[in-house]
Amino acid sequence: MKRYSAFAVAREGLRYHTGWERAWRSPAPKRHYDVIIVGAGGHGLATAYYLGKNFGITNVAVIEKGWLGGGNTGRNTTIIRSNYLQDPSAAIYEKSRSLYETLSQDFNYNIMFSPRGVIMLAQTEHEVRGYKRTAHANALQGVPTEWISPARVKELVPIINLEGPRYPVLGGLWQERGGTARHDAVAWGYARACSDMGMDIIQQCEVTNVRTENGRVVGVDTSKGAIDCDKLGMVVAGNCSVLSEMAGFRLPVESVALQALVSEPIKPCMDVVVMANTVHGYMSQSDKGEMVIGGGTDGYNNYTQRGSFHHIEETVRALVETFPMVSRLKMLRQWGGIVDVTGDRSPLISKTPVQNCFVNAGWGTGGFKAIPGSGWAMAELMATGHSPLAEEFSMTRFREGKFIDESVAAGVAH
Amino acid sequence: MLILECPYCGVKAEETELHGGGEAHLKRFGPGSSDDEFHDYLFMKENPRGVHLERWRHVNGCGKWFHAARCTQTLEVFATYSAQTTEPPQEVKDKISAKRPGWTWREFEG
Repeated sequence: MKRYSAFAVAREGLRYHTGWERAWRSPAPKRHYDVIIVGAGGHGLATAYYLGKNFGITNVAVIEKGWLGGGNTGRNTTIIRSNYLQDPSAAIYEKSRSLYETLSQDFNYNIMFSPRGVIMLAQTEHEVRGYKRTAHANALQGVPTEWISPARVKELVPIINLEGPRYPVLGGLWQERGGTARHDAVAWGYARACSDMGMDIIQQCEVTNVRTENGRVVGVDTSKGAIDCDKLGMVVAGNCSVLSEMAGFRLPVESVALQALVSEPIKPCMDVVVMANTVHGYMSQSDKGEMVIGGGTDGYNNYTQRGSFHHIEETVRALVETFPMVSRLKMLRQWGGIVDVTGDRSPLISKTPVQNCFVNAGWGTGGFKAIPGSGWAMAELMATGHSPLAEEFSMTRFREGKFIDESVAAGVAH
Repeated sequence: MLILECPYCGVKAEETELHGGGEAHLKRFGPGSSDDEFHDYLFMKENPRGVHLERWRHVNGCGKWFHAARCTQTLEVFATYSAQTTEPPQEVKDKISAKRPGWTWREFEG
């Protein structure tokens, strides 16, 4: 793989850009791999990447039904933060956030990580208490966050209206090291690095069956033929129930639609990420100038990647009160993704009832920020059978009542 | 936009009038059940890509609960039917089978 650099840009500029290589290969599947990862989204590619980088396992295929990064990885609002209440969540999300900091250098690929800071607005007395508690918890977890006053919120976000009649701003939970990154570039960067390690990324290849023998996984049948494997990782977000059904077990998740939208591009007006959980809305400004807005999930099971219009209306209605200038904006695009939601709104990184078959799912409405940490933990679990980061996220936690209950702190935006 | 016909008041309600109530025909397990039964009842919901039987409430209307048979892949609604039943009536099963031959749902099938 040729490295990207200022010198490479100059060199290619002098020869009509004829020397650029494809960022990753598109090989036909081999008959057998040590590890197959199903799902070439951020989490799947990150799992493959850390299998190779941390454990030297490179005979790996990443199989993808559509195109890589075309699911929720390309549909989210790119927010990165780690200000979670529960210790296991804070640990994995903080690991993830810290990996994001050097990802561009690790990849030699610019993922445009922008640690611009994230504010979670407190707009009810309950939220004030909740976020103060989270700030204290974060202090103990070693995650730098602080509780800030309305005046400080106004200083950070001049376009905000603090005195909303329905949703006054009573303060906020501020994580200075949070931010955003270019979501496609995260997937592309991982894909390029995986391909460079000799891994096969096989797109347009749908898994139609998971083959097991004596309770252990031996391979998958796909639209490009049967492929054998020693270990299988299922990392398919919204479709994880469909895949687990093929392997003969059930996951504690439900799939629902989550939507986002962007406005027309405008001049820079807000250089932090603002989340308002009471009203189910969060907003940041992209480098192109679009206001990127995320909303709430729909209230029924859905696999269509289309959401209900009235949820968009609710989100925008609330944002208009908090950010009056938004009312003059035209919205350009709106889209939906299918998120896999668990009972306690925390993910599953887990062994399964089928031997050598592992699952990474249930990230629900907040998976993007977790991509590096999730891949790190999943790779460790698949390679060694044990991961300290993933330990609490086992799918058996529901049976034991050991919930990692983040739905109390953030039912939606997390 | 999802439109369901309330089987009680006959109104064709769009989804802002309705509230989803999750999986239908749940078998409830409580004290005296095994750990597996209780766990599965609480957490292991049906999550098919296809035929889904579910509960809805006509919140901003007659206020009554009812059942709907719907496809999660196309958002097609096969039928709505009374809440006073522990399984879909035969005519509802027939309507689903006409569109999705070979469908299954826990212990029910077309």
